Amino acid sequence: MGTVPSALKHCLSYQHLLKEQPWIGEPVPPPQPGQESQTSGLPEYIKIVEVGPRDGLQNEKVIVPTDIKIELINRLSKTGLSAIEVTSFVSSKWVPQMADHKEVMRGIERHPGVRYPVLTPNLQGFHNAIAAGATEVSVFGAASESFSKMNINCSIEESIEKFEEVVKSARNMNIPVRGYVSCALGCPYEGNILPAKVAEVSKRLYSMGCYEISLGDTIGVGTPGSMKRMLEAVMKEIPLSAIAVHCHDTYGQALANILTAIQVLLQCMSEGAVFLADLNLSRSCQNSLMKQALHSLSDWLYASSSLAWSEGKSPVSWILTQVQDITSQPVSVVMH
Amino acid sequence: MGTVPSALKHCLSYQHLLKEQPWIGEPVPPPQPGQESQTSGLPEYIKIVEVGPRDGLQNEKVIVPTDIKIELINRLSKTGLSAIEVTSFVSSKWVPQMADHKEVMRGIERHPGVRYPVLTPNLQGFHNAIAAGATEVSVFGAASESFSKMNINCSIEESIEKFEEVVKSARNMNIPVRGYVSCALGCPYEGNILPAKVAEVSKRLYSMGCYEISLGDTIGVGTPGSMKRMLEAVMKEIPLSAIAVHCHDTYGQALANILTAIQMGVAVVDSSVAGLGGCPYAKGATGNVATEDVIYMLNGLGINTGVNLYRVMEAGNFICTALNKKTNSKVAQASFNTGTIN
Repeated sequence: MGTVPSALKHCLSYQHLLKEQPWIGEPVPPPQPGQESQTSGLPEYIKIVEVGPRDGLQNEKVIVPTDIKIELINRLSKTGLSAIEVTSFVSSKWVPQMADHKEVMRGIERHPGVRYPVLTPNLQGFHNAIAAGATEVSVFGAASESFSKMNINCSIEESIEKFEEVVKSARNMNIPVRGYVSCALGCPYEGNILPAKVAEVSKRLYSMGCYEISLGDTIGVGTPGSMKRMLEAVMKEIPLSAIAVHCHDTYGQALANILTAIQVLLQCMSEGAVFLADLNLSRSCQNSLMKQALHSLSDWLYASSSLAWSEGKSPVSWILTQVQDITSQPVSVVMH
Repeated sequence: MGTVPSALKHCLSYQHLLKEQPWIGEPVPPPQPGQESQTSGLPEYIKIVEVGPRDGLQNEKVIVPTDIKIELINRLSKTGLSAIEVTSFVSSKWVPQMADHKEVMRGIERHPGVRYPVLTPNLQGFHNAIAAGATEVSVFGAASESFSKMNINCSIEESIEKFEEVVKSARNMNIPVRGYVSCALGCPYEGNILPAKVAEVSKRLYSMGCYEISLGDTIGVGTPGSMKRMLEAVMKEIPLSAIAVHCHDTYGQALANILTAIQMGVAVVDSSVAGLGGCPYAKGATGNVATEDVIYMLNGLGINTGVNLYRVMEAGNFICTALNKKTNSKVAQASFNTGTIN
């Protein structure tokens, strides 16, 4: 754009200026009362679920040493994140990258206010996880029969039965369970996936006792259009507060899809049924630029969990106040 | 997500399936009457202005030979794009990458229904462009005084005066002029830019006769919030139909920013094939948003662009091979990695 050379000489001064620029690190301050709200229709708070140590490292070619994994998780624990997915209690025969699940689980620092869920595909994995000190687990369903068979060697129905065992044991021990639905926006084998199917699997997982359902665009093919259609179907079956999105950036669509998800879920708020706006964003930290990108997105979203805690209020009561201020309507809170 | 190994074995079948999947190439058909419109509030048609050959190549380290540039533009002309920015008539002392502007302008095929704008920073550049056969030109303003002084060595006001000369001559010859406003969402020198300033410069360019104003996030620092605030200010001063957005992907925000803009009714989007063109202000960072990634998103929304994604990917593959570099388009990476296109 325009001529470049003299501007190039200023690369250094730009880097210097960058440190002083407000667009890295600090969220934009909320609008003053009376000012037109530029974030009308957006949640005040968004929970980010960090899946890098598990979903991220599991899919890297290099097997990362245990001490590096532990150090990564410890560093993430100090960022203000409230949920960090630590590891996966699957057989090391299938997922060698997660073979050190016990050591990682036992080796990490447990920071107050941070949850450390782990994957448990079946009852045995669940028991191993609990023995290693896990206090929250996740189960992985799929909206595609082919993907379910190819990935975990059983049909959706069979996998649901296995998860029911896990959830039943977990509930007996007061262990929260998070449910994932893979291929929510497309399957590498079947292609397009019907939103109704995603909704059906989500409902099964939620009904059995999963407190939250993370809808995964496993191969990253989703766009704002398909995200909207899928969420509209799922929202008919499970509460808003239980919905999370897990977007892959394979086609560069992730941020646009996340933005759409936030808008769609909030639109439902404005139509009368008011829920606690607790939208969870999961993302892989494979791409370090994505990490920065998500920081920039938080500038717009006013992600402010640390703010709530620094003011000495509990996040729930703080969020409740914000939502009531925005909507002037009674708010029903789903606690978890 | 879940166990991986068995899925990996099926990469090959996935590549095969990719050809049959509707998410590459074909736009989603519009909703049937009675169905809830998934694109409620969005434009039915979005014009893509391809800036790869100019903004893209201008910011690449390698100087591309003239015949390669011409071949790239010719390939882009066959994709369905309706506007392709060809080159820049600036002094080769300042922008050596565009030194062959005359040869490129004269060498390209001119396809019916495709416009071939060129940059003309001043009257001399304008005359050179016309002599070389240009039929549309662009002028580049900025919303930041510092950027204007650093980049083109004059204040915003002085630059506007130069553009007025260009626009006046252009209008006499019935040559359309497009106006750009750089630093619309942030400046590498001044930091935040007031939306009102962007609106003011846009209004000046539009009033003098530019038919379209492209608002550029020059350093890619914008987010949906700042995009919305800026567009709200600009929309008070110039018609919606005259607004285009030119988003850089330096911070990965481009598609989210473009989505925000089109939700507000903007129907013209600039992009660069293969995401050509780095950001000169942030070493190692990406610059222009990739045309392929934009089309992919718009196809998924059921918005018509008239552009064939496959052909754009092929053009992108051509230029990246010539530049010996990896594409910046995620869509192209996802497709080429699966071996769909050779």
